Amino acid sequence: MIKTERLTKHYDSLTAVEDVSFQVGPGEVLGFLGPNGAGKTTTMRMLAGFVTPTSGSANICGHDVAREPLAAKAALGYLPEGAPSYGEMTVRRFLAFIADLRALEGARREQRLAHGGVLDQTIETLSKGFRRRVGLAQAIVHDPPVLILDEPTDGLDPNQKHEVRTLINDMARDKIIVISTHILEEVDAVCTRAIIISRGRIVADDSPAGLAARSRYHNAVSMQLEEPGQLARARDAVAGLPAVAQVEVSERDARLTALPRSGATILPALSELAARQGLKLKELHLESGRLDEVFRSITA
Amino acid sequence: MRNVGIIMRRELASYFATPLAYVFILIFLVLANAFTFYLGGFYERGQADLDPFFTFHPWLYLFLIPAISMKLWAEERKSGSIELLMTQPVELWDAVLGKFLAAWIFTALALALTFPLWIAVNYLGSPDNGAILAAYLGSLLLAGGFLAIGSCMSALTRNQVVAFILGVAGCFVFLLAGFPLVLDVFRSWAPQVLVDAIASLSFLTHFESIAKGVIDVRDLLYFAMLIGFFLLATAIALNLRKDL
Repeated sequence: MIKTERLTKHYDSLTAVEDVSFQVGPGEVLGFLGPNGAGKTTTMRMLAGFVTPTSGSANICGHDVAREPLAAKAALGYLPEGAPSYGEMTVRRFLAFIADLRALEGARREQRLAHGGVLDQTIETLSKGFRRRVGLAQAIVHDPPVLILDEPTDGLDPNQKHEVRTLINDMARDKIIVISTHILEEVDAVCTRAIIISRGRIVADDSPAGLAARSRYHNAVSMQLEEPGQLARARDAVAGLPAVAQVEVSERDARLTALPRSGATILPALSELAARQGLKLKELHLESGRLDEVFRSITA
Repeated sequence: MRNVGIIMRRELASYFATPLAYVFILIFLVLANAFTFYLGGFYERGQADLDPFFTFHPWLYLFLIPAISMKLWAEERKSGSIELLMTQPVELWDAVLGKFLAAWIFTALALALTFPLWIAVNYLGSPDNGAILAAYLGSLLLAGGFLAIGSCMSALTRNQVVAFILGVAGCFVFLLAGFPLVLDVFRSWAPQVLVDAIASLSFLTHFESIAKGVIDVRDLLYFAMLIGFFLLATAIALNLRKDL
């Protein structure tokens, strides 16, 4: 269990984090979202015991981070932003060093460090993706119940991102995981819950589906026409439907998006209308909501 | 205490993973010998002792020790690895001590590599080996004092050049605390008690008495307290602002 209570951090006159309270339980993967500079990293650093809060408290598995820092840190695997490490060390030595600090011993140490393909190459000569993986390995070497990962997929190529997300999903069942990101597709890919933070404050705390439902595009219907010439006629017809609140037209790909009045269902009416008007459809689909639009409307 | 050893070993290994260790040892040996023979007049004096060798150690250390200590914390801050280290289940004090000890052991190694000079002086005459041993101890304590000051300066910044300059300046003040150059600054406004206290902090006075072969408990205590004080200051500086 991770628990924060009114966590606040001021730097001189700057307020980095203000009154952040949340709880995360086992099995949850919490996505920490927000624009750059919103306070994601500062919050995670306070959870990890690296930054001392100005006020408020953080608690990891029943250990207060300020009062029992060693017990809290022992329960935690932490990937700092940018995955820093000791560049002159080889991967093998670096992981052995962390295992020593984590007091892994005997057979368990052997087993945790035994993963194939550990490199005898110095970390500074590795690619960015490999360095990130070394940072992740360092965070999970002691199999901690709580994982806090600050931008785990930042700077990775799509294959590496997929790999990291698979890893997170595999570990999600029995761990508490908090990841920070500004990549919204990540939220859908791995998170069961998302907190959006803006200017140091929590502005939304919901499931990814719940967040998407806040979008103007929730339950909107998007149709793409075979013939761009039909676009104007289609727009007028769709706008005439009583349940449609607004119609957006994209000339470039002959696409038309109909936004429903609140709570209304418009897909059947639209498909019927298309048949009646003889519109040739390339595509017709129901949108669940656009996270990026929600993100912008909340944090802008 | 277990963690002190782990951090110390990692740190010590990192010196030898880069050219730093080899460059430092080479320059230290070349300069130490050059000073002894050219400035110290090792042969011309016609005496079988290592005085001309040890006399220059404070001046040699003044620039070489901050070159070692500057990376202790500034580099960790710059690369961000301090965040990694400080979020492991490690006491801050273990890290401060471990890193300091690594640097001290490293300088001890460099110092030990001057042994050919000791062999030479024994070959040329019959020196007081007890006094030489005492002088080596004094030199090591002096290096420890400089390293502790440098460690504190390094904890204040993420810039290694700044850490180096602060280190040299800090060491210089302590080295010459008993001399007019430093004392005059205080004499004009501070009470005599304070001026005397500052004068008694001089590295040079304490080092020279040990280097003469006189191991006084007060001198040992002086270095122990000085090292302890600056390591504590290092820990405080780190604790105030880890994410500099």
